[in-house]
Amino acid sequence: MLLKPRCRQLMLLLALAGMGTAPVARAAEAEPMQRLKIMAPAAPGGGWDTTARQMQAALTQARIVRNVQVNNVPGAGGTIGLATLANNLKGDGNQLMVNGLVMVGAILTNRSVTTLSQVTPIARLTAEYEVVVVPAQSPIRSMSELAARLKSNPGGVSIAGGSAGGTDHILAALIVRAAGADPARTNYIAYSGGGEALAAIMGNHVAAGISGYGELIGPIRAGRLRALAISSDKRIPGIDIPTLRESGIDVELANWRSVVAPPGLSTVQRQALLDVVDRMVKSPQWRATLAKNDWVDSYLPGDAFSAYLRTEETRVTDILKSIGLAK
Amino acid sequence: MSTLDALLHGFSVALTLQNLGWALLGVTLGTAVGVLPGIGPALTVALLLPVTFGLDPTSAFIMFAGIYYGGMYGGSTASILLNTPGESASIITALEGNRMARNGRAGPALATAAIGSFVAGTLATILLTFLAPFVADLGLRFGPADYFALMVLSFTTVSAVLGRSLAWGLASLLFGMALGLVGIDVQTGQERFTLGLPALLDGVDVIVVVIGLFAVGETLYVASRPGDPESVAPVGGSLWMSRRDWARSWKPWLRGTALGFPFGAMPSGGGEIPTFLSYAIEKRLAAKPDEFGKGAIEGVAGPEAANNAAAAGVLVPLLTLGLPTSATAAVMLAAFQQYGLQPGPLLFENSGDLVWGLIASLYIGNVMLLALNLPLVGLWVRLLSIPRPYLYGGILTFATLGTYSLDHSVADLVMLYLVGIVGFLMRRFDIPVAPAVIGLILGPMAEQQMRRALSISEGNFSIFVTEPIAATLLGLAALVLIGPAVWRRLQVGRSTSAS
Repeated sequence: MLLKPRCRQLMLLLALAGMGTAPVARAAEAEPMQRLKIMAPAAPGGGWDTTARQMQAALTQARIVRNVQVNNVPGAGGTIGLATLANNLKGDGNQLMVNGLVMVGAILTNRSVTTLSQVTPIARLTAEYEVVVVPAQSPIRSMSELAARLKSNPGGVSIAGGSAGGTDHILAALIVRAAGADPARTNYIAYSGGGEALAAIMGNHVAAGISGYGELIGPIRAGRLRALAISSDKRIPGIDIPTLRESGIDVELANWRSVVAPPGLSTVQRQALLDVVDRMVKSPQWRATLAKNDWVDSYLPGDAFSAYLRTEETRVTDILKSIGLAK
Repeated sequence: MSTLDALLHGFSVALTLQNLGWALLGVTLGTAVGVLPGIGPALTVALLLPVTFGLDPTSAFIMFAGIYYGGMYGGSTASILLNTPGESASIITALEGNRMARNGRAGPALATAAIGSFVAGTLATILLTFLAPFVADLGLRFGPADYFALMVLSFTTVSAVLGRSLAWGLASLLFGMALGLVGIDVQTGQERFTLGLPALLDGVDVIVVVIGLFAVGETLYVASRPGDPESVAPVGGSLWMSRRDWARSWKPWLRGTALGFPFGAMPSGGGEIPTFLSYAIEKRLAAKPDEFGKGAIEGVAGPEAANNAAAAGVLVPLLTLGLPTSATAAVMLAAFQQYGLQPGPLLFENSGDLVWGLIASLYIGNVMLLALNLPLVGLWVRLLSIPRPYLYGGILTFATLGTYSLDHSVADLVMLYLVGIVGFLMRRFDIPVAPAVIGLILGPMAEQQMRRALSISEGNFSIFVTEPIAATLLGLAALVLIGPAVWRRLQVGRSTSAS
């Protein structure tokens, strides 16, 4: 027992000695960033919060950043956090915020004064795909059957999902339009909690439901829900669900998540953040995180991401206008 | 493997020294966050989640379950002693519990709450063990129309807490319902009554209103009347429950459990509504209904049992269907997923050790909580001998910190004090505050469920009578409303015809 503290001293000495030789090996790696703050513009426990906290774990474990702090600024679909980032954190090169497709919709429906054009896009990180399901008891067997019903009488097909204007609602409207009906007639039943929407679908109270793959896979495997289609552009290995396109509905939608930085960054500051995220995405720790959470890697950094953001904004604005949620 | 064998196996997992330690840590933490206003079990589990990742999943969930149950136990303490409930499921406890405390009966009030929580928690855990899949399927039968009918039935219970003046009671209820309308409408995504303020887009948080109306309102009221002996809770009488207290408590405990468990298990049920119902039923069944409002022990025993049973009920849809139906359950679901586990029917097959270890630890946690809380009764009661300026200064500090910890939002603090001033005025003019909270909780739920039902039926109102559950519940509500009047008329008719 007495040896223990000495052991530690010895190891410390060895480590110090090692440092002298290490720079040669570590020259390939950049110096770790000293500190980074990641804002999750949502309450603890949700998708954005999980992304921020998993980033924190990967960044510190892979020694890309020494000290990472996560803070939550919840409210109004993330637009409160967005306003904080754009107005109060201008020029802070050690700050990131997690966001995603939901925020694009929330900015429109909440008529947020701050928009995504006021922040610095860094990179798209992950995607989760949406699944269209019906209750196990439903007579509807395939996506084309559902599409036929939607075409003849969209009002008669109630579709449950998350809050109005969110990813589920956007996909419902896109499907109704692709099926050949007026998206304004989408009979969408909004729920604020994921569990409540699932209960309504499993209980056979609605005709169909839309939610993220991660939330639905349990009940699908247990035989309580029947999966009709997935919103990915092509089949995903290991997931035995046909895509919407295969069923004749020309729609694809990814519930993507990304990171953005405050406005007013210098080129050097922006590049430093791009580097940090790039190294994280390539780290084995981040690979493990993706696998564990069933997230699809959809890394798209820098200018390419900025361009993608603009096309998504146009598409979401268009569909939300057509269902009367945005003006 | 039968359920009983599985449970025994679960005990063998939960009873290891290491897991007992995690359970003890969980219940202690849970009790602490339950006593403090604003900081609830959901936030605690969410913040601990990243820290516990290195832990064995079974141990982590045993600790989370302890926090969850502990929070429900701790919630009653501040309600009873200080009339400052920190969460919405214990506001009803404050009604009678705080009256008892003011009559020098804080000890028996805390004891009936702790023992009632133990009885309800244990019985509900037994129901969870043996009936979970069955109850979960029953819960799924409730559609939007049925929930709307259930809310209508729950509204009838408001009459039990209206207080002396019907008009003021209804005004309080309407104030709560009006607050409930503020924010983005769930069905259409449009703003309502937000005054253009981004801070109001998410509506008014029930917890902020509860802490404002009760804790801040009470503090302002006490401060406005220095030297008033009525607002001092004298410590006197026996600390423990008398034989009469036991006789008056055990039936409410059982009835509270019977109400709380199914409500908790319902996907849109929750822990608050069964406490309202339990209070209304106990008031109706009490031998001396006049005592209600002056410190009737039944009014503490029933609702406290109901909210603990509901807490166990919430685990039913979570474990059997993978449905999170409360904030804490949602965080626990995230925890399951972080460990690569998928709650639902397959969880019992794939991770028997974890599920049964978790369920066994609920039994153990309940015993620990009783052992922890009963000796604390004496200590808690002594809180009341702290000079009032310090005591209420402390309450105000914790209420403010707790509210700020919710969202780190200054707007919430402004709201807290505005609501606090309203709470003070309501006390000053003898307007009951409980109906406001009931309106705030039930109003939006009733509205959203009605609109969902009508959207599904494409605008056809007949859905409320063609759905058997909805029709039955609406019939019951009508009976509760007009039944007593008809009954009285019949009695009068009979006595006049007899004479």
